[in-house]
Formats: sequence, structure tokens, C-alpha cells
Amino acid sequence: MSVLSVRSLSKTFGGVHAVNDVSFDIGKGEFLALIGPNGAGKSTTFNMINGQLTPDSGDILIGDKSIAGMAPRDIWRLGVGRTFQVAATFGSMTVVENVQMALISHARGILGLWRPAASLHRERALELLAQVGMADAADRPSRELAYGDVKRIELAIALANDPQLLLMDEPTAGMAPRERNDLIKLVKALVVERGISVLFTEHSMDVVFSYADRIIVLARGRLIADGNAAAIRDNAKVREVYFGTGKTFQETAS
Amino acid sequence: MTLNALLFQALNGLSTASGLFFIAAGLSLIFGVTRIVNIAHGSLYMLGTYIAYSLATKIGGAFGFWGGIVLTALIVGVIGALIEIVLLRRIYRAPELFQLLATFALVLVINDATLWLWGPEDLLGPRAPGLAGAVEIFGRRLPSYDLFLIFIAPAVLIVLHFALAKTRFGRLMRAATQDREMVGALGVNQAVLFTSVFALGALLAGLGGALQVAREPANLATDLVAIGDAFVVVVVGGMGSITGAYLAAIIIAEVKALCIAIGVVNLGFVTVNFSKFTLVAEFIVMAIVLIARPYGLLGKPQGVVRSVAEPEAPIRPATPMLKVLGAVVLVLLLALPLLAQTSPYVLVLATDVLIAVIFATSLHFIMGPGGMHSFGHAAYFGLGAYGAALLVKLAGFPMLAALFTAPLVALLGALLFGWFAVRLSGVYLAMLTLAFAQIVWALVFQWEGFTGGSNGVIGVWPAAPFNKSWAYFLLALAFTVIAILVLRRFLFAPFGYAMRAGRDSPLRAEAIGIDVKRIHWLGFAIAGCVCGIAGGLFAFAKGSISPEAISVSRSIDGLVMVLLGGIQTLVGPIVGASVYAVLQDTVMRQTEYWRALLGVIILVLVLAFPQGIAGALSALSRKLGRKPGGAA
Repeated sequence: MSVLSVRSLSKTFGGVHAVNDVSFDIGKGEFLALIGPNGAGKSTTFNMINGQLTPDSGDILIGDKSIAGMAPRDIWRLGVGRTFQVAATFGSMTVVENVQMALISHARGILGLWRPAASLHRERALELLAQVGMADAADRPSRELAYGDVKRIELAIALANDPQLLLMDEPTAGMAPRERNDLIKLVKALVVERGISVLFTEHSMDVVFSYADRIIVLARGRLIADGNAAAIRDNAKVREVYFGTGKTFQETAS
Repeated sequence: MTLNALLFQALNGLSTASGLFFIAAGLSLIFGVTRIVNIAHGSLYMLGTYIAYSLATKIGGAFGFWGGIVLTALIVGVIGALIEIVLLRRIYRAPELFQLLATFALVLVINDATLWLWGPEDLLGPRAPGLAGAVEIFGRRLPSYDLFLIFIAPAVLIVLHFALAKTRFGRLMRAATQDREMVGALGVNQAVLFTSVFALGALLAGLGGALQVAREPANLATDLVAIGDAFVVVVVGGMGSITGAYLAAIIIAEVKALCIAIGVVNLGFVTVNFSKFTLVAEFIVMAIVLIARPYGLLGKPQGVVRSVAEPEAPIRPATPMLKVLGAVVLVLLLALPLLAQTSPYVLVLATDVLIAVIFATSLHFIMGPGGMHSFGHAAYFGLGAYGAALLVKLAGFPMLAALFTAPLVALLGALLFGWFAVRLSGVYLAMLTLAFAQIVWALVFQWEGFTGGSNGVIGVWPAAPFNKSWAYFLLALAFTVIAILVLRRFLFAPFGYAMRAGRDSPLRAEAIGIDVKRIHWLGFAIAGCVCGIAGGLFAFAKGSISPEAISVSRSIDGLVMVLLGGIQTLVGPIVGASVYAVLQDTVMRQTEYWRALLGVIILVLVLAFPQGIAGALSALSRKLGRKPGGAA
């Protein structure tokens, strides 16, 4: 059974069909890339799945539970982790406290008024930080970190609730090519180890074609292709939206 | 009540609206571009009335009056430019609340300067030459000057509207309102832009004030009244929208006029005097608008101001040094009754300081870690104080029982008001909390049968053994220490962390399962409850409670205390409250012009310690700690 199914999802903004009748599934442990040119509807699709936007029509299922229109925090409780396009941490906390907050929330301990938060779930938080290679920075203020490191912290936070599905909106945006590869390698290793399914959007085609198990392509709000790297590379429609058909050039030439 | 009377009151409302519009338009323009909520704007308005009075009486005649009004507007505009250049320009990079503090200090300084220049009496200007008569409308006589006021506001609105739409300066202003960093990045000289906007806003306030000269006497209390009204108008109309300000000014003036026109109505089982609801009415309008349209009638969500202030450092448990320091202070305080045997006043002052400390600490709880800048914390102080006093007077509660129940009264109020308040953020939250505080104040003021009205509740003395000032001081100390430690404990617990998480990044907090609104609501309630303790202690310390003690100025005092101490540190509010309470007390007894002195002291502190006193001290100790000599 698929971990996430998106069924005929649509969203319009003032007459613009940002997402138009999009359907796809993610199987367990699958590393699925969602690509498309600017304005294709990637982020809109994403934000409907993570709960920031309510779809106009269609449905989103986690297992067999519909999450369309649910609040982000309730979707998170169903075992969906996420990272942000522009990474952000809780700037007034240390690195490890950032991860501890997610663990405390997962254990439903947010309303605790007495025991100091810094003592709760610290071991587990340090373990997660070690997995993303940030154990050394645990007690540094998170606002001091370099952007690439913030992305790693986000990953550790996203793994805190033992997600079965991870949503990553442009996980490598704003990173140098070297860091970019390292981060994706890390994500791939972690998800393989834990059997997590991942849905990610990405502009770097290197990353997409070398790591994704499967690729879906959006253009102008519609899903135009779904397949493995080789199939997508040879797909005529995909070539058309990315490179054009070449007809315009022929016409001027003739 | 006849239809004619109603229509006549409506016309009256329109002429009142023009004054509201001028001050609100200026405030709105200044906020839109500089993001400074200029509390001193009411003072500029007041100055306008005084200057216009002097010009009209000294020069005299039509030129003295009409020319005087134009000249006044220009003079106040220049004063505004000077304020911007000398003071505000230095603090644009300070945390936004610090700017509030600085403009509040200006209120104090300008008020005393006016007192010094013009004296304490109300000054009524001459009638307007050429418009001294009255017009017969709806069977009553409406002064023709009021009719003139009705038309001048829309005329200025139209001029402003075209200036903003058509001129280069107007385009720059609109651009800066949407995204001032981008305007700066495009090479616009921000310093000149900010100064001219501030001058324009001040000019409008001065004009508004000057136009009142023939209608109402110049009065020293105008500044706070005017700024309160202007806040409401700006928030209802939408921050940064001039047309919204006009619309809101009319709505509010008309609602007030309607209340007066309706007068006393017998509803069968109860008689309601609507003319007494004018105080509450504008704030109820504001509360309704904010709940239905969080950004005001014509406002848009504010553009994000990229944070210029340095983000907060992670909180750490108390260092051994701080613990020792705390213990020493506590021992000294415990010994104070012995030390102060010769001067009993010290204990009275110390009790006041303790009450201020609880008040400021509870306010800091939501302002700092919660990021909710409440401008109406006096509401919960008042609920606690009146709760305690009325429980003793009407329900016959013993003192201690009343002291323990009073916070629960404040808690209920905070639960109710907080539920609405946490739905907003930033300036809008600040203004809504202010509105709630004014509603509490107005209820207390106007519900004479229950609360004693303006006389308040008297004879609320503590029972033995606490009728001795040393015993009461120790009781207050016990409450204070417990309140501080409990709030501190909450801040280090997951709840406090969740509150900060919701402030740092609401989106990310929601994404890890935190219900930010709920957490902030509970935080608001906790702060209100603890503030109620301070209110209860205050009532018994003074033996009475009156509406004056829970007015806007108490809310502002709380803000000053928190900011003075430093909002980013946990001991900040304690230091700030102590310094402020002692300063207020000592300075107040030194000179007639204590407000100005206090204002100057605040200004110096703001310019010298932009992080607050405690913030500056901890920055200093970090600096010293990093020195190679210190580490060796």
C-alpha cells in the first residue's frame, strides 16, 4: 500500500490553476522527486500536503486517512516530517534544544510546566544530531550556524517524530554543489536505513537524476510525466517544457 | 429623542472626526514608513493647540488666527523634523519597543515643557474671525466653524491622496511603506525620506491641534487622550492607510455622537445611560473591527521588517554568581525591616517596588519569551486590585483569602481577553490589549454602584498582623519571591520553550506539532493571573483602589520597566522595575517638573543602553570574561 496518495488535487489562486488535477502515489521507502520549471505548482502541491494550504478539490491520503485541509501540526502527528525551503531554526535556542523541542512535542510534553526542558530527551536529541554530523555543535546557539549546517539541523528535527514520510521542499537550495551532494547522500542513507519515504522538490537536475528512485514532472499545474530517470530523460513532453520544441527557431529560420 | 437631534449630533460627530483624522493620518504615515509608533504624536497635537493660541492672541485679528494656524503647522513640522534628526535617527536599529520607550519619554518632556511655557490653566482661544457665528440646522444652532471643520478634513484627505499618488515623494513613501529595505537598496536616501515623513506627520498633527483652538481649550491632558483616540482610529482604519484613517475617524466620532444622542434609555428592567458609554464605545468598535478584520478596515498585512535587532541568546540556568547575588539581595530585603527602623517610609517604598517587580515580571513573561507586546497589562492589575477590594468589602472575605482569590479574577479576565489577543500580532496585538485595558478601566469608572466609580473602593486595610508596615512588606516579599521563581521555572520548562518557539518561528513551531495560539493564550493567562497578585497587594498596601491606579499610564509604566531592564534577559524586569519605581518616587519628590526629568533620564538610558540595564551589564560581563587576562 502506498504511504501517500494524492488524488486529483487542484488549487486555484484568483483564476490561475496553480495545481490542476494532479494525482500520484509514493510507495514505502521510495525516494520521489517532484520537478518542474518555475511556476509549475511544486510548492503549492507541497504546501497542500503539509497543511499550509487547503486544496480546492481532490484528496490527500496518508495510509487511508484523508489529511486534506488538516492543520500542519496534526499532519505532523500522523508521522509526516518536513523541512523548509528557507531553513529556519528557533533562533533563541541552542542546536540540541531545537531537536529536543521536536522530541518533547512528539512525546506530548509541551504543556509541562515544571521539569526543565533542557534535561528532557537530551540523549535522543544528541543521537539524532550525531546522525546528521552535527553532534559537536549541540550546545551552540543555533543562530550562529552556517546555512548548510542549519539544513542539517532541520533534517535532525524532521527525523525526531520517527516519520514514515519526509517532505523536503528544495532541500539543497542555497547550498554549494559540494555540500549539496553531501546532504542528499546523507538523506538517502538515512531513509534507506529507516525505510522512510521521501517526497522532495529540487532544481538541481544532477541531484534529481542521480538519487531519485522515481521522478514526477509538473508543468503549469499539471502532471505531465511520471517514471524513472531514464524514462523522464527521454520523455518528449518534459523536454518540451524545459527546453521548448525548437519550433520558434525553425519558423524564424524559414 | 427626535430625528433632528440625532442628525444634529451626527453633524457634531463629523466635526470632531476632523481633529481625529489629522492626528491619526500623521501617525499612520509615520508608522508606515519608519515603523515607529510615535506615542509623542498626541503631544505634537497638543503643542499645535497651544502655539496657535499664542499666535492668535499675541498677533490677533484674522491674520493672527488663520495665518497663525498655518504657521503653527509649519512650526510643529519643524519640531517633528528636529525630533527625528536628534533622537529617532539614532535608534532605528534598536528593537522596536525601544523606540516606543523613547517616544514615550518625549511625551513626558513635551508635557512639562508646555506646563513651563504656558502654565497649568486651560487656555481658550478666540473665535475664528469670519466664522464666529452659527448656522441654523435641524432646529439647532451649529457653529459655522464646526461646519468649516467638517469640510477641511476631506479637503486635506484629497490633497494628501493626490500627493501620495502623483508625486515622486508620494511614490517613495508608498514604496517605503511596502518594503523600506528595498527602497534603501535602490539608492534612495532613507535619512532624508524618514525626516521628511516625520516632519509631514508632525505638521498634520500640528494642523489638527491648531484647528481645535477655536473649539476647545488648550489643555495639558490632551496629549494622552489624543494619542489614545488616534491609536484606535489608526488601528480601525488600517496602519498606513490615510483613507482608512478618515473612514475610521468618522465611524468612531459618529458612534460616540450616537451614544450621546440616545442618552438615557429605559430597557424595562434596567435603565442604561448611553451617554456614559462614549469611553467604552470606541474601544468596543476597535475590538470588533480587529477581530473581524485583523489589519483594520483598509489595511493590508504589514510587510515583513527584516529583523535588525540582534536575536536573543539561548537562556541558561542561573550562574553560581547570579544565585549568590540573588541570595544576598534576598537576605538584605529580609533584614530591611531592621535596617529601616528609623525611616518607616523606606518600607512603604520597598513594598511599592516589590509590587512593581511582580507587575513587570509578569508583563515580561508574555512580552519577552512570548513576543506579545501588551499595552494593556494594567487590566489584570486592575482586576486583581478591584477583585481583592470588592471581595473584602462586598463578600466579607478575610484579607489572605482575598489576596489568593484576586489572581483568579485576573486569570478569568486574561483568559477572555487573551483568547482574542493571540489571534493578532505586532502593533495590532498591542492596540487590542490596550483596548481591553480601556474597557476594564471604563467599566470600573462608570459602574458606580458596584465599583464606586471615580472614588474607587476605600478602607481596604490589611488585617493584623499585616497592618504593620514591616509585616506587610514581608508578606509582599514572600509573594514576590514565589511569583518570580514560579514564572522562571515555567520559562525553563517545555511550556516556556514552546512559547519562545512560537515567537521565534510560528511556522516551524506548528510544523513540530505545537499549537502556537493555544500556548500563547495560556501564557497570556498565566501572566494575567500573576499580575493579579500585584493588584491585590497594591489594594491592601494603599488601603484603597481607584480607576486612576489602573489607567493607561500604569500599562506604560510596565512597558518602561521591562524595556529599561532589558527585554532579552530574565532578571531584566526585576532590575527595571526596581530602578523605575525608585526613580519615579525620588524624582517625583524633588521637583515640580518630575515628568520632564523622568523623560530625560529615560532618553539618556535609551541612548546609552539600547539593550536595557541588565542587558548592558551581561554584555559587559561577557566582554570582561573574554579578556585574555580574565581567562588566565
